[in-house]
Amino acid sequence: MTNTNDPAELDEVHEADYEIESMPDETSTTDKSYSQGQLVLRRFFRHRGAMVSLTILVFITLLAFTSIGFGPIPGWWGKNHIDLYPIVEVAGAPTLTLWPFSLGEHPFGQTTIGKDYFALVMLGTQNSLAIAFTVGLAATLIGTFIGATAGYFRGLSEAFLMRVTDLFIIIPTLVLAAVLGRMAGNVGGIFALAGMLALVSWTGLARLVRGEVLSLREREFVAAARAVGTSPWRIIVRHILPNALGTIIVNATLLISSAILVETALSYLGFGVRPPNTSLGLLISENQNALSTRPWLFWWPGVFIVGIALVVNFIGDGLRDAFDPRQQMD
Amino acid sequence: MTTTPRFTGEQPVLKFDSLDVQFRTEFGSVHAVKGITLSVAPGEVMALVGESGSGKSVTATTALGLLPKSATIDGETFVTDKSIGTLGGRQLRAMRGNRVAMVFQEPMTALNPVITIGEQLTESMEVHGVAFGAEAWDRAVELLDAVGIPGAERRAKQFPHELSGGMRQRVVIAMALTCDPDVIIADEPTTALDVTVQADILDLLRSLKDKLNTGILLITHNMGVVADMADNVAVMFKGTIVERGPVEQVLLQPQHAYTKKLLAAVPRLGKGHGQFGVAPHPVEEGAQTALDVRDLVVEYHRAGKKPFRAVDGVSFDVHRGEIVGLVGESGSGKSTIGRALLGLIPSESGEVRVLDQDLLGIRGAQLKSLRRRIGVIFQDPAASLNPRFPIGDVIAEPLSVHKEGSAKEREARVHELLDAVHLPRTVYNRYPHELSGGQRQRVSIARALALSPDLLIADEPTSALDVSVQASVLAMFTELQREFGFACLFISHDLAVIDSLAHRVVVMQFGKIVEKGTREEVLLDPREEYTRRLLAAAPVPNPIEQRQRREARHELLRGFGDEVVEFDTRELDQGGWSKRSQD
Repeated sequence: MTNTNDPAELDEVHEADYEIESMPDETSTTDKSYSQGQLVLRRFFRHRGAMVSLTILVFITLLAFTSIGFGPIPGWWGKNHIDLYPIVEVAGAPTLTLWPFSLGEHPFGQTTIGKDYFALVMLGTQNSLAIAFTVGLAATLIGTFIGATAGYFRGLSEAFLMRVTDLFIIIPTLVLAAVLGRMAGNVGGIFALAGMLALVSWTGLARLVRGEVLSLREREFVAAARAVGTSPWRIIVRHILPNALGTIIVNATLLISSAILVETALSYLGFGVRPPNTSLGLLISENQNALSTRPWLFWWPGVFIVGIALVVNFIGDGLRDAFDPRQQMD
Repeated sequence: MTTTPRFTGEQPVLKFDSLDVQFRTEFGSVHAVKGITLSVAPGEVMALVGESGSGKSVTATTALGLLPKSATIDGETFVTDKSIGTLGGRQLRAMRGNRVAMVFQEPMTALNPVITIGEQLTESMEVHGVAFGAEAWDRAVELLDAVGIPGAERRAKQFPHELSGGMRQRVVIAMALTCDPDVIIADEPTTALDVTVQADILDLLRSLKDKLNTGILLITHNMGVVADMADNVAVMFKGTIVERGPVEQVLLQPQHAYTKKLLAAVPRLGKGHGQFGVAPHPVEEGAQTALDVRDLVVEYHRAGKKPFRAVDGVSFDVHRGEIVGLVGESGSGKSTIGRALLGLIPSESGEVRVLDQDLLGIRGAQLKSLRRRIGVIFQDPAASLNPRFPIGDVIAEPLSVHKEGSAKEREARVHELLDAVHLPRTVYNRYPHELSGGQRQRVSIARALALSPDLLIADEPTSALDVSVQASVLAMFTELQREFGFACLFISHDLAVIDSLAHRVVVMQFGKIVEKGTREEVLLDPREEYTRRLLAAAPVPNPIEQRQRREARHELLRGFGDEVVEFDTRELDQGGWSKRSQD
């Protein structure tokens, strides 16, 4: 125990030690300056669940895009999703063995007519991922724009934009997406479909961003910016949105995982991706009758859907904890 | 009544024995309290004084066993004869509220907004088995009566938002008293209150210790409050107690360098200009008018109700090179005026001329060019700096909004400004959260000066800062005003701060001007009742002088026909209260 009240001891302390305002150079143990973004990244990289999930997601993405190639670029997997191959195993069962590890001729098995199922699942994963990320990005842009405009300007524009949002919310997403999806399917391509999905899934984000902007616009640094004559759009883009980034990023991640499920549901119902192109949902739909006879035709796309949706959710969780450490459990 | 320390030989009601607290954080551990020893006797007011981050609140929180799990506690804390560290969850709960009670800083957040006041009072009685049902309710009403809440019967059925700040703080004190605790920990009990209300609450607390013989651990940063209340003082700095002793000794003959520094930094009413370094220049004869406000009216529109008139026909002016202090308590409309002058809220009627241009009549580009001539400093530097911007960008933002100079020239200008506000140039790339409160406010001042404004509106620029930091910011502010010669409207609730730098003073109450004139006229020879009340309520950091001031204030209040607030035990004694006094 140290007796802190010993006057002799205190007299020796130099007066400068009692300076309240020590300059940052003297106080900080490190020269490194952390911005808020860097602090968030630091916490994110320490979130074990999110890092494992991120690794898995990167692995799945790499696997899907390098194995069968993308567009004109060929992949390392010799087979494609169109050709028919002679059936190797009984009923086209998977040749994948884990111990000793070997891929065999058709690791995920073959369809009833002899197509390579690995190539099909990889193509489906490519399409599902592309759709999910496009939807995530586009819906985030739309939602952020509408939410920020409504939240910052208030008044009539807010009333109009939020009623439009309500209108989109009261129509069941799946019904709207089915109608739009069929139209998009006719126009062509998975990106048209993704665009249509984005048009129906921005609503939740728009409401969240509006709420966030409503509270941020009352903060003093916004008042300070207005007081020097900053224009409204500059305030929104430079001052408000960077501070709402946490909400936006976290919800964009969750949008992505829900987009995968919506796309799957649509394709399963026959409104999404059309053959000969394929998606994970379509694969399940086509092979639902084979569950008892050729279960792998059902399981492989199922595992990928659940896997992707789970890891994306985990990443979202990690991001939320990183942006708001107070929410973490002790 | 005596303010000399009491050594009655009684067992202390609260005792910290070489208490040591460390917190684990993301960036290693923080040593918040470094082995302090302190005790509070029954009927004693022990003041724990220190600035933010000195560990005083952490010390107090250990007495309730409420520190978060990330804290490592060494040493022992005793409440009467029980050691907190050895108690389990159930025993701790039995002790909290019953033996040791807390009065919090912010009465609005310390009360649950959806439960009536009476119920909140009875809850702690029922938890501790002191009284139940109708009996508890009666006692709650008696307590409210005792802390001086008029119409206690009716008030008990009301919700916290229906009461004023001072009333709420009385409720919080009544809550602390429900189980007749041995010791009350008052953590900055008056910091969120206006001076006149603060004086009432201090009167109430003082009568408590005399009448109930309760020990009070008073945590505060305000030396005036210490002088008014405390028997003994312990000064805390960075987790250690640097000086302690009876209040007269510590405040009048401070021994330690830090105590001296702290006391020197307290602005004193009546000492006038030049308390902190240089005095502002006197205003030149016939100086041009920089700001002219005539019959300004600002209303807040409320759905379904009559609009609330926050500013009602206010007229005043500010000349070039002059600092005008705008004083008033919360709700007086002083900040509303500041915001209306900045065009952040619309004005209902009246005329505002800034540098001979009609502020309320112009729009668009003209308004933008006028705004570059007005600088602003807000109260809370933590809130008024964008947390995502590095300091360099924060200060350069007004320049880039007005497309002033190239990126290089802007950087040079920012460096100049950093020098002017005495910050090292290395903060250029740092972020606001890495700086201390005072440094942030310097950044905020640098930003306000970036465009060399002719008029500066400072809205409580130092009230979120510690005293010693406040002193250095005020010194720097005066220096800059001499150098740049801007006109300034300085909004503050602190009369002593206004006294240290203003040329003229405007006193506001309920949206109207009560009194205006030169600093000497208003602060030394006030004519209006309200101004006199305000001046009398401001505590000074000298226990002897403060005692005289207190008595003079009570005299003044009686003169106005008001009662002095005190804890009224008559009701309670009849109700057979105070279980321990019966034993």
